[in-house]
Amino acid sequence: MPSIVKPVVTHPSLQRNQLGLTLRDYEGSMSTLCAGCGHDSITAAIVRALWEVSIEPHMLAKMSGIGCSSKTPAYFAHGAHGFNSAHGRMPPIATGANAANRELTYIGVSGDGDSLSIGLGHLCHAIRRNVKMVYIIENNGVYGLTKGQFSASADTGSKSKRGEANEMSPIDPVMLALSIGATFVARSFSGDKDQLVPILRAALAHRGFALIDVISPCVTFNDHTGSTKSYLYTRQHELKATEVDFVPPEKEILATIAQNGITSVTMHDGSVVQFKSVPADYDPADRQKATAYLMAQQSKGVIVTGLLFVDESVSDLHEMNRTSHVPLSRIPYENLCPGSAALQELQEDFR
Amino acid sequence: MHDQLHSRVNDFAIKLANVNGTGSASANGLLMQAIFRMGIPVSGKNLFPSNIQGLPTWYEIRVNKDGHTARALDYDLMVAMNAQTYARDIGEVRSGGYVLYDSSWPLDRALYREDVNFLPVPLAQMCNEHFKDPRERTLMKNIAYAGSLVATLDIDMPLVEQLLDERFAGKKALRESNRRALRLGYDYAKQQFECPLNFHLEKMDANGDKILIDGNTATALGCIYAGATVAAWYPITPATSVMDAFKQFCEKYRRDPETAENNYVILQAEDELAAIGMVIGASWNGARAFTSTAGPGISLMNELLGLAYYTEIPAVVIDVQRVGPSTGMPTRTQQADLIECAYASHGDTKHILLFPANPAECFEFAIRSFDLAERFQTPVIMLSDLDIGMNDWVVPGLAWDDSYRPDRGRVLGPTELEQLTRYNRYSGEDEDHVAPRTLPGVDPRGAYVARGSGHNKFGGYTETPSEYQEVMDRLARKQKAAANFVPLPEIDRRSEARFGVITIGGCEPAVLEALDLLADRDIPADYMRVRGFPFHKSVEAFLYEHEFCFVVEQNRDAQLRSLLILETCVPKDRVRSVLVYGGFPLSARHVVDGIMHQLEK
Repeated sequence: MPSIVKPVVTHPSLQRNQLGLTLRDYEGSMSTLCAGCGHDSITAAIVRALWEVSIEPHMLAKMSGIGCSSKTPAYFAHGAHGFNSAHGRMPPIATGANAANRELTYIGVSGDGDSLSIGLGHLCHAIRRNVKMVYIIENNGVYGLTKGQFSASADTGSKSKRGEANEMSPIDPVMLALSIGATFVARSFSGDKDQLVPILRAALAHRGFALIDVISPCVTFNDHTGSTKSYLYTRQHELKATEVDFVPPEKEILATIAQNGITSVTMHDGSVVQFKSVPADYDPADRQKATAYLMAQQSKGVIVTGLLFVDESVSDLHEMNRTSHVPLSRIPYENLCPGSAALQELQEDFR
Repeated sequence: MHDQLHSRVNDFAIKLANVNGTGSASANGLLMQAIFRMGIPVSGKNLFPSNIQGLPTWYEIRVNKDGHTARALDYDLMVAMNAQTYARDIGEVRSGGYVLYDSSWPLDRALYREDVNFLPVPLAQMCNEHFKDPRERTLMKNIAYAGSLVATLDIDMPLVEQLLDERFAGKKALRESNRRALRLGYDYAKQQFECPLNFHLEKMDANGDKILIDGNTATALGCIYAGATVAAWYPITPATSVMDAFKQFCEKYRRDPETAENNYVILQAEDELAAIGMVIGASWNGARAFTSTAGPGISLMNELLGLAYYTEIPAVVIDVQRVGPSTGMPTRTQQADLIECAYASHGDTKHILLFPANPAECFEFAIRSFDLAERFQTPVIMLSDLDIGMNDWVVPGLAWDDSYRPDRGRVLGPTELEQLTRYNRYSGEDEDHVAPRTLPGVDPRGAYVARGSGHNKFGGYTETPSEYQEVMDRLARKQKAAANFVPLPEIDRRSEARFGVITIGGCEPAVLEALDLLADRDIPADYMRVRGFPFHKSVEAFLYEHEFCFVVEQNRDAQLRSLLILETCVPKDRVRSVLVYGGFPLSARHVVDGIMHQLEK
């Protein structure tokens, strides 16, 4: 995760989670991204969230496509399998992986080029299937590895480093996801770990596909004046519509939630997401209202962040399919092969 | 009456010209099945348009007591049910043959042929008199002509009635309508014509343990028996029925009777890019997964086939080939994806291919595809085609050995990982140059990042030439080693053979028949059917045994010949081509003519 090599030894005073693991156990190899890259902050938030929820590292699967963002799964959870696949194709690969083993926790890390251009169709269909996974778009409005072309999320009028203005309208992953039935939609800012970590924890507890769009400035190609995805611009235009607290599934806490007039959503695993300081005309459980609010703010040039929409009532891919609770990859062959007697019987239909 | 053909028993071909979407498939299938149950070698070829309703469609049935069931090009009897194609259909009947047509309307005088016998049956008129519902009238016309054929060809009537009973068990009204229509056509023909015709059927006992099945159904069954649990696909002709059948079998065999939970997932993907991606994701995660597609799908899958090859993840692809390039002719058959599949994807890639010749091999090879994919941790493509996949073939009954266990290849679990100081994904190759893999969710000591970018033998990212090459060279050796594991070629040597004839896939029946015809002309030839790629060394040996060989295949560019030249040392001029690629199944005459033409040069 970090841009500097840290010693392997851990200090005895490091805090340990329920599994007795420290934050260091959730880190990965050293980042090769540019110093100050927003993506590294997101990686740090992922490390934090994974540690907080005490997930066994090897029960995690890290999925990515191609691009700066897609390199980052190597920088966290070194004890987990990762798949740095092909440009735009992470959603189907994650879908297949999830189909084979429903017991793992899937974290997909993608970028705006990966998810909103070459892999846009795949993203939409993973949302429609409600594949249970956390899907992070590290959104910087620009192609970094190929040196600064506009991506599909670049705002109209946003200027490139060379001063050219983008004239095409952007694809906003949040609005897109809401319009095609996404069941968990959030937006955050790489510079705001306090907001991002609880969102990640809520996403990990979500029943299906959890989309998190994280504005993550590209310090090399998109952090200049005229860019609408710079640190400065994001800080000046961000509106935190919701602040969330994540409450793990423990009965004592459950009993206290309703008291303070806080909006809360019970997640599929029994944990609770508490929404604080929500605007009066906003309801994170009402798709229509959330959409209307976001559109209104968008027209004013405001970047709304927070956990924006949650619906825990929709079945995920396996529930829709009524798949075995034992992961398909672990079902013994004896239970899968009908055997010779069945084959003989079946062939009477072919005579 | 006109010139009579010699009387022939169990040796003739009929063609049925219909309109697409009128329900003729049911009647034609009934005839096929009846002949099959009479114990006579038979084949049915469906020559259909890429259309739902209204265009011309044909069905050809060939019976041959000697077991030659490749497509025949001479028709003894034409059932002309499509006025739009009367001229062409009547023109195709061999001199002295018969045309059965619907005489509810008069036949244009211009269509008459002096050398052909006409069998007028007022099908529409009879059905209109006996059935009320307009749709039923249309459907029953087909069963009525089937009835006339039962009479004229001497098909066993009680057997056909029994088949109707089986088909419509529990649907009494339908069964009665069908029986009535069958009887209408049968009785009319019995009264009006001299039955049977001089070519007709007699019961045999050639089909003992055999079954009548299409390749796509057999392929799906193979995937079930192989233990596949994840299937991903995008609808495409002619591969769709693979997944339709897989779904049916899953519902029958893969639903837990106690929990009603499904031991499978079928994902209808957004496109073929996604379909292969899902297969790769599932296989990476330890499930047996496959996709079924046709050439256009393979084009899209090229990208990720390279990913699976380079990251060494198993993937099974069923390619039911159709006519290309581009959209081509989706409902016609070809063998033109050979080169595309062999080297699919950019960069240095090479894949394992299996070439079944009939539905029985589709079943067997589908299972072997999974074993090979997991043993060699790489994509395996099974190349079937529309003729094998969608037509009913008579093949030996499928056998199953209950002691079969999947070859999962080298997969390390906690016990094995315990013994290693450090697990490195692409190190520790065995004699077949395969490095052991680990599965997610099993043990943190087996964790690694699979990446399509340059990697070294430890699985780490690299841009260092020697490290990159080390992995690529092992992949080449691994691919080579697979030649000893793919199905061996089928070779049949004849004494004093002057040359060899090499073929592939569904060309087999036509080529074998052609070899018999050539032998009758004192031109004996050796036979080899290639069944796997990379080629086993016996393939090269066969090439060198002969002064020259003909390669018979169904594509324009001699793709199998090209592969043989590329992958063996045989000189180009020792390999000649016979190419038939118009989209209909191969017939022996094409092969004989193609070879004779070149021999006479």
